[in-house]
Amino acid sequence: MSGNMNLTLKVWRQKNSQAAGKFVTYKAEGISEDMSFLEMLDVVNESLTKKNDEPIHFDHDCREGICGSCSLYINGHPHGPKQAITTCQLHMRTFKDGETITIEPWRSAAFPVIKDLGTDRSAFDRIQQAGGFISVNTGGAQDANAILIPKVVADEAFNSATCIGCGACVAACKNASAMLFVSAKITQLGLLPQGQPERYSRVQAMVAQMDEEGFGNCTNTGACEAECPKEIKLTNIARMNNDYFSAKLFREQHANDHAGGE
Amino acid sequence: MGLDAKIPQGPLAEKWSKHKFNLKLVNPANKRKYDIIIVGTGLAGASAAASLAELGYNVKSFCFQDSPRRAHSIAAQGGINAAKNYQNDGDSVYRLFYDTIKGGDYRAREGNVYRLAEVSVNIIDQCVAQGVPFAREYGGLLDNRSFGGSQVSRTFYARGQTGQQLLLGAYSALNRQIHLGKVKMYTRTEMLDVVVVDGHAKGIVTRNLKTGEIETHAAHAVLLATGGYGNVFYLSTNAIGSNVTAAWRAHKRGAFFANPCYTQIHPTCIPVTGDHQSKLTLMSESLRNDGRVWAPKTKETAEKLRKKEITASQVKEDERDYFLERKYPSFGNLVPRDVASRNAKEVADEGKGVGATGLAVYLDFAEAIQRLGEDTVRAKYGNLFDMYYQITDENPYKQPMRIYPAVHYTMGGLWVDYNLSTNVPGLYAMGECNFSDHGANRLGASALMQGLSDGYFVIPYTLGDYLATIGPKPVDINHPAFEQTRQDVIAYNNKLLALKGNKTVVEYHRELGHIIWEYCGMARSEEGLKHAKNLIKALKADFWKNAIVTGENDEVNAALERAGRVADFIELGELMITDALDRRESCGGHFRLESQTPEGEALRDDENYAYVAAWEFKGEDQEEVLHKEELIFENVKLSQRSYK
Repeated sequence: MSGNMNLTLKVWRQKNSQAAGKFVTYKAEGISEDMSFLEMLDVVNESLTKKNDEPIHFDHDCREGICGSCSLYINGHPHGPKQAITTCQLHMRTFKDGETITIEPWRSAAFPVIKDLGTDRSAFDRIQQAGGFISVNTGGAQDANAILIPKVVADEAFNSATCIGCGACVAACKNASAMLFVSAKITQLGLLPQGQPERYSRVQAMVAQMDEEGFGNCTNTGACEAECPKEIKLTNIARMNNDYFSAKLFREQHANDHAGGE
Repeated sequence: MGLDAKIPQGPLAEKWSKHKFNLKLVNPANKRKYDIIIVGTGLAGASAAASLAELGYNVKSFCFQDSPRRAHSIAAQGGINAAKNYQNDGDSVYRLFYDTIKGGDYRAREGNVYRLAEVSVNIIDQCVAQGVPFAREYGGLLDNRSFGGSQVSRTFYARGQTGQQLLLGAYSALNRQIHLGKVKMYTRTEMLDVVVVDGHAKGIVTRNLKTGEIETHAAHAVLLATGGYGNVFYLSTNAIGSNVTAAWRAHKRGAFFANPCYTQIHPTCIPVTGDHQSKLTLMSESLRNDGRVWAPKTKETAEKLRKKEITASQVKEDERDYFLERKYPSFGNLVPRDVASRNAKEVADEGKGVGATGLAVYLDFAEAIQRLGEDTVRAKYGNLFDMYYQITDENPYKQPMRIYPAVHYTMGGLWVDYNLSTNVPGLYAMGECNFSDHGANRLGASALMQGLSDGYFVIPYTLGDYLATIGPKPVDINHPAFEQTRQDVIAYNNKLLALKGNKTVVEYHRELGHIIWEYCGMARSEEGLKHAKNLIKALKADFWKNAIVTGENDEVNAALERAGRVADFIELGELMITDALDRRESCGGHFRLESQTPEGEALRDDENYAYVAAWEFKGEDQEEVLHKEELIFENVKLSQRSYK
């Protein structure tokens, strides 16, 4: 079943990470307002495939706003014009018939384009690997209710833990800073009693990796918070800075708390 | 051939402890001499990779996504069961075991299910230690909610994002092992075949999804944790990328596929709006704690609602039929999923469905909002209400949600014994990709439990026994079987890439989905299934003639990836039909129209069908051969399931 919206798309096409990219214009016709943005692209891709042209590549998977795969920069906004949703949750009723829509990949040196609209966000994984964990082996954990955590603390930790690692914060930032992403994990673990033993080594390890990956610094513009589909707050960055300064000031005490604890 | 599940002897409650003692161990210094391949990084795969690496094994972990954190476990909403009895409401390991066996309509193994219930308590402890932010009460203790098929509150949750939080916990444990060099992680890498040497699984063949390179990897054991096959229906609540390929290719190398016809249709999903739809979105079962399911009592009222002449709130209380509460007073809205789904279908079939298509019933929160206040309802279910609003453009705080059943989970999967080993030595299956613990219907909040049970607490014990038996001698990657299997994969991909017909792979997938949904969905009949089998055979032949696969191998090529997955789904679809035809009884999610009680409930035939159907692949276009594993019940009495 198709709809009656007709749109013009200007889409970034790039064969691979080495090739030069360019905008290519496509018509998206017979679009229903009940379609998600990705379903609209599916329609375009089906028609390209029928002509044996190569479909537009983009990352996507769960299509319910939680896996963090989809990552389109639409009309100058990561995940498009609406707040607090991912690209897959954006529906075509947000757009007007006849509109021209510009679609780009995330733009950041730390997220190189793999093909068309898909980028390599493995830098995020490497930052998590550097220290985004509590060093506890399987087995031997005490009874879960032996650790009391006030509801407000658990809720706040959850609010930070809800980050989906999509990279919209980086794409939104003029400095391509990853500090919202990094601080969300540091805040989640830093708020919880279980995260205390490695709190200061963790922040140092993760920040060091973040810098190594080539992400920029934070200048408190707040674009990340405005564009984050999960509404992660800028205060996470303040908490991270606070822990980082503490760690640096008292680094002698904490230098040996190597995150990972062999 | 008889199938030996290797269930340990002895009393139910002692089986697992005794078995753990009897399993051989690998000494700490030898563990580093073993390599283990784990495919998939969802709850089962990530937890297994982390736990085995912590023990000292060398682990290679694979996922097709760009990051292990994106595996589809991330999308599980409602919660995870555990027999903690923190609520003092009568829960116990035995009760969780009993509820699960009964919920599965007596088609699961007692030994497996008891073990699952037993280790459920350790899972919660482990996750909390990792920093998973479960919901808490004001005193700082963990909170619980209720789920279907149970009369106790044993479900732990993190708002409506429990799967995400559990997966990020397992992902963090996995990250720690990557950091320590014990796990080598391969992202954007898809497994396309298993390498079998002298009857033992010794490695896999993969395609690098960035470069197209076809590579071989050797190991002492191969563990699959590659999820379910719900996308055989095209539309499901699964992620677009979720697929059966790893399990199916393993099946074609000798691993038996068990109970493929056991698929779960979840009662509360956002209804389909049109053909453009690429997936369906679940509204968590937890909503049935407070939401009331109803449909109009008369067809006339339903007709007015469909035409939007009236709104749901204008339907008077006495014109509404809260059909689950009416028919099942003890469980009410919290009956198991298969029962709730069939009832919704029945209402729609009677012409009392609502929404533009008539394929929907209401899930109403008005009473809960009045009782608890909008803020409390928002705190409990806010993210689900937002998701509903984004998709439908309707505000569920003001009008009831429209919901309808959709494919959500598959109970069938690779056959495994008590040790999670398939019938191919060295090849294991964990989580949704095996068939083991849910029988013919899975209870809500039990998938997360099973995935983590397999990965954290079962495989670290059972795998050691096999490894100790075969010894630490390095696996020879130069054995000709590796190159031969690699060449097979290359030839198969080339065959796909040569398809330059006139119909897209997505069109074939959609068509397959229509066939399976129509004939092997919520209701199945002998006649329909036979017809469907012919349709699928024809579809397969047509696919290999007229499909279009664009692009080349040596690049990012989503079209090629999808084509391989759809080709496997078509073959699996045929096996599902074969299995559904064989099972001339109704049980759980498998509802044969020929076999129902006078009230229209699923009617089992324990005398003839109390077995696991494990299918053996015999070659392209050959009928698969059935092997039966008899189910033995020593502790529970088989009875007609009743939730009245």
